[in-house]
Amino acid sequence: MKTCYIHSVVSISAQDSFSENDTIFEVREYSDYKISAVHPPYRDFIPLSQLRRMSPAVKMGVAASKKALEKGNVEQPDAIITGSGLGCMADTETFLNTLLENDEQFSTPTAFIQSTHNTVAGQIALGLKCKAYNTTYAHGSVSFESALVDAQLQIEAGEAKNILVGGVDELGTEFMDYVHLVEQKQMQPIQVSLSEGATFCVLSSEKKEGAVAVLKAVEIRSKIAEENIITEMHDFLKTNKVKPSEIDAVVLGNNGDAFDVYYENLQQQLFPETDCLQYKKYVGEFFTASGFAFWMGAQLIEGYTLPKNFFIRKAESKPYKTVLLYNQFKGSQHSFVLLTQC
Amino acid sequence: MKKGVAITGMGIVSAIGDSVEENLQALLTSKSGLGISKHIQTHHKNAIKIGEVGFTNTEIATQLQLSEDNNFTRTSLLGCLAAKEAIQNAGIKSISEYKTGLISATTVGGMDMTEKYWKQFASNPESQKYISSHHAGDSTEKIAASLGITDYVTTISTACSSAANAIMLGARLVKAGKLDRVVVGGTDALSKFTINGFKSLMILSETNCTPFDANRSGLNLGEAAAYLVLESDEVVAAQNKSVLAYVSGYGNANDAFHQTASSKTGEGAYLAMKKALEVAGLKSSEIDYVNAHGTATQNNDLSESIALQRIFKEKIPSFSSTKAFTGHTLAAAGAVEAVFSILALQKNSMFANLGFKTAMPETGLVPVTQLQKKELKHVLSNSFGFGGNCSTLLFSK
Repeated sequence: MKTCYIHSVVSISAQDSFSENDTIFEVREYSDYKISAVHPPYRDFIPLSQLRRMSPAVKMGVAASKKALEKGNVEQPDAIITGSGLGCMADTETFLNTLLENDEQFSTPTAFIQSTHNTVAGQIALGLKCKAYNTTYAHGSVSFESALVDAQLQIEAGEAKNILVGGVDELGTEFMDYVHLVEQKQMQPIQVSLSEGATFCVLSSEKKEGAVAVLKAVEIRSKIAEENIITEMHDFLKTNKVKPSEIDAVVLGNNGDAFDVYYENLQQQLFPETDCLQYKKYVGEFFTASGFAFWMGAQLIEGYTLPKNFFIRKAESKPYKTVLLYNQFKGSQHSFVLLTQC
Repeated sequence: MKKGVAITGMGIVSAIGDSVEENLQALLTSKSGLGISKHIQTHHKNAIKIGEVGFTNTEIATQLQLSEDNNFTRTSLLGCLAAKEAIQNAGIKSISEYKTGLISATTVGGMDMTEKYWKQFASNPESQKYISSHHAGDSTEKIAASLGITDYVTTISTACSSAANAIMLGARLVKAGKLDRVVVGGTDALSKFTINGFKSLMILSETNCTPFDANRSGLNLGEAAAYLVLESDEVVAAQNKSVLAYVSGYGNANDAFHQTASSKTGEGAYLAMKKALEVAGLKSSEIDYVNAHGTATQNNDLSESIALQRIFKEKIPSFSSTKAFTGHTLAAAGAVEAVFSILALQKNSMFANLGFKTAMPETGLVPVTQLQKKELKHVLSNSFGFGGNCSTLLFSK
């Protein structure tokens, strides 16, 4: 079975993660219930003629994919695999509002064509003239991880050498307001902003100079009872022959809601002394937000220093060789990702 | 030739029936399920033919014994019905006995309810339960819960090739030993969103569609859900299961030509079929029957015909599109047609390409126009979608 190397990871988020520095120096603080990503100058990546028609999701996806391929030194990937929880929300809203407000008359196809979940992967393929394997996952908070599972499977089986993998979600205009409205009625609602972003990476079967890290394992579990999270995580680590004490950092998906208890239990019971990091406080919550944790994990292993705000707990400086990512949404859609040094 | 991954169960609900048996009877008697809509309220109601499932939402909710305040969308309801039949058909008593996953495909997700309540979400608390059921993953989660699947659960959304990709991924996961058993397929309910979308593209037919006909005038939309149960050789052996057929090959490629239109050369379709044959270790001459994508749009049918000519050369196997039975069921189509392909193998029957009269001048290809009996060993099924997504599955006895 081949090793799955990570050759590049880039992330567009509500922080300056997509800047030329390749890392974040200063943290932006937010208090709004809804925040946009820090959008890069897209004209640096996409011809103006195409840019006009593109929704934020497509712009983020195309720009992030270009940078990921460039950093990974890949021109034509052997597969393009994306994940998006809500797909192209902006065009979905546009088409829906037009048809409802005009009583199903005068609908034009542009927004409809661009509303499908696979628009981003399709546009990337079109731009690259890439006829390879192409697919899109749309399963809430494991959309990005589903793409990772597929890619890892192909690389381990030797079916593909270089794979472009990404996760992207956009805010749109009104649906997020409704999500927020309902969320506020919960006993302990999500405490972080609702947001958007895109994380893209190149995974490869080749160990080459400049490889960032190894994607050792990725697993998805639809449901885990609160009392079973410790055992499940233990089993996951055991399967991958890693002891909890060997984990140098755990990146957690805390968003402040009642289900943060999953993270707290892990932190206290399984990783009482390990460095723990969080990110949703700074990049917001969205279905592919965990892609940002993947970027953080890669940053840690590459030796970048992440701002201290991200650390829930930090020991003295040390190299990060093994990083664990854990995320869930409302007690469902759990993902475990294990990254190691090359 | 490689054996492939065992299929031990299947379930379906479509315009031609609420079970595998009902669908089979309609296919064997060449009875189309297309008609004027009964459930969906749209302005275009009388101007188009669609393939609607007979049950109302309430009827399905009662069958599934859901509480009155449930927030199941029609996509979820259809999905649960078909997935339950598949599990039953596979004779599965205990889900937790083996490592079991679910991969479901959908394009519209909860859009049928979203579009109904969109303008009320802000003000009407009653409608707000359908906010969390909008996203594509919701229907999959509900199906997983109704089957008791808690392990690997995900959703694929690659427009009209979605379910084919779900079946492909399931086969790959079982082959790699990552799962012992997986339920794979797709579900899509009709919605005003998709009806108006295809209407705006001017590819909806006013009459029953006529795939591969020279005078074809577009597609009929349909709704459906269909699922297969795939099981590893170990599970099949341990439980002495009867195998319906095997997923012997699969291929996924991108046309990389246009966001919605297929290329003139059918490149994506050609590549998907080529890969599927390679995975199965089969020669093109070994394919006995093709269940074509055949939506009856000008663009698809010509592009697919050319791709068929490229892959099969002069010896094009018998082929037909079953879209005139069910309508184009979008994300579910790949699974609906997988069920039909398996039925074709079981019954040694090739189903009629309803409505065909005249071969298109560009290719002269003539599909199977009446139910035809023939010993079938290998059936190829195509599914293509927006975004250039092209997928091919191979089913073998």
